[in-house]
Amino acid sequence: MKKEQLKAENYKLCIIDQVKVDEILDKYPSNRKASAVIPLLHYVQKKSNGWLPVPEIERVAEILDMPYMKVYEVASFYTMFNLKPVGKKLLQLCHTTPCWLRGSDEIEKSIFDTLKIKDGETTPDKMFTLMKVECLGACVNAPILQINDDYYEDLDYKSTKELLNKIKTKKNIKPGSVIGRKSSEPYDKNGNKNVTK
Amino acid sequence: MIKMGIKMLQNKDKIFNNIFGFQSNKLSYALKRGDWDKTKKILSLDHDVIIEKIKNSGLRGRGGAGFSTGLKWSFMPKTLGERPHYLVVNADESEPGTCKDRDIIRHEPHKLIEGCLIASYAMRAHKCYIYIRGEFANEAKILQSAIDEAYENKLIGKNACKSGWDFDLYLHRGAGAYICGEETALLESLEGKKGQPRLKPPFPAGVGLYGCPTTVNNVESIAVVPTILRRGENWFSKLGKENNTGTKLFCISGHVNKPCNVEEEMGIPLRELIEKHAGGVVGGWDNLLAIIPGGSSTPMLPKQTCDIITMDFDSLKNAGTGLGTAGVIVMNKTTDIVEAIVRLAFFYKHESCGQCTPCREGTGWMWRLLKKIASKDASPRDIDNLLELTKQVEGHTICALGDAAAWPIQGLFKNFRDEIEMGLKQKQIAAE
Repeated sequence: MKKEQLKAENYKLCIIDQVKVDEILDKYPSNRKASAVIPLLHYVQKKSNGWLPVPEIERVAEILDMPYMKVYEVASFYTMFNLKPVGKKLLQLCHTTPCWLRGSDEIEKSIFDTLKIKDGETTPDKMFTLMKVECLGACVNAPILQINDDYYEDLDYKSTKELLNKIKTKKNIKPGSVIGRKSSEPYDKNGNKNVTK
Repeated sequence: MIKMGIKMLQNKDKIFNNIFGFQSNKLSYALKRGDWDKTKKILSLDHDVIIEKIKNSGLRGRGGAGFSTGLKWSFMPKTLGERPHYLVVNADESEPGTCKDRDIIRHEPHKLIEGCLIASYAMRAHKCYIYIRGEFANEAKILQSAIDEAYENKLIGKNACKSGWDFDLYLHRGAGAYICGEETALLESLEGKKGQPRLKPPFPAGVGLYGCPTTVNNVESIAVVPTILRRGENWFSKLGKENNTGTKLFCISGHVNKPCNVEEEMGIPLRELIEKHAGGVVGGWDNLLAIIPGGSSTPMLPKQTCDIITMDFDSLKNAGTGLGTAGVIVMNKTTDIVEAIVRLAFFYKHESCGQCTPCREGTGWMWRLLKKIASKDASPRDIDNLLELTKQVEGHTICALGDAAAWPIQGLFKNFRDEIEMGLKQKQIAAE
């Protein structure tokens, strides 16, 4: 979205907490403020509905005494920064080899059947956005779907559908494995945790 | 046929006793598991004595390259000059097939924090940054609260563990870029720039973070340090094989009955690792097609090699692949092997930072050509072109991402060229 366009729409900057900003800046030497750019962009993105409108990037640049372009460079380089609006629930589906071997294509199909969205699309009610992403780093719990900050693991077609329906009906969902696994231990489908002791 | 069950890592020799998180990750529980035990005594040793001990333990970096950790530490200046020293811990775990650091961070954070303190002390660093991948938001929260706990109990901070050494530990979250797992790209990112690798030399030990002497180590390499020093370097070096000592976290994913993480001795036979811990290959061992042994960058092994290979740096190197991060990706005979590598080629195309032309353009072309071959809409000449292309990318870039993108493709055709060509010919004949 263009800067002018946002101005015309009277874009209001999100409210940021100076204490939190100082806390982030404190981690780095005082003459190396630029180090805080990623943490600060994360913070602002969270406050501004999951994406980074231009005025927010400008403000981060101002706080850090950096040229706008340097901050934009960072915001556009890293995949977690969204330069376009996203739905309230950002679905990030891993489709790299380990997840694919365990059926990530089925999960994609399940999402499409439930929400009618494909990679990069948002539902009309602005509730869900789907993004296919590269390895999420939880391969022994594949396939994985990340919903905002939380990982949902060991999914299949049915459990994905259930998960999304629960979100739609505003029911509580628990992050982690959907088959009752604690974390990455060897897990038996019959429910016997066969852990090598 | 290998002999099964010659040795299996005993519980008493395991370093990560809470890797699955059956117990709490809080400090009080970590203390019971033996973390932070007599850390002060370790810190009373001379800096160089600690480095020497780690060298003698034979610990090789767990992040992929397998370089001696002690030797790497010894490259840091021996005196603290005007420029401060830094330890940076690489927790940007994003190599497909690898998910061990996540469990260390979630379930054994105090092993990592104690390791940071000891390693920093050994390298005369007062400050340490842990660079965690952005997607691990919850893991970062857990680690931050463990760091806060360590501060509150004066285990780190001013006069850490009453040792007289001041030590500050900071957690820094990345934002989704595989390339930031490369050490100099990680430093660039930590300085607030795009994660594009630096030309070496100068090496980070001379000019690293903010131009200061810096060492970058993997999470697992650092987290095992306190246990090695407590139990003695000889205990560690007796485990595993010569020149490939100690224990290692393996991540077994793909077509196995029970995908899992497991700590085992280095040099364990691959077949034993999969059958004992991961419930075997789906459909039985004879249904195995190929295995990627050490994360996506390492070339795959065909079944006949998997039958006999042992999992350590040197054996896998001799077999033309590598232990890498020990992310074992198992593929059985139901796998479309070309499609499996197409996904990896796409991964590297997506993750190339765009700095070097051979990689930026090459990863795209490798993906497109391989996709063409996967759809069987190609001729055998395309295979030759693709292989030549991989040779033009490999070794012609600043960092190893170009190599990492080329190797899986080379591994694919080394093992399956005949089958793939046959498929192409059949399609051609059918079309005619």
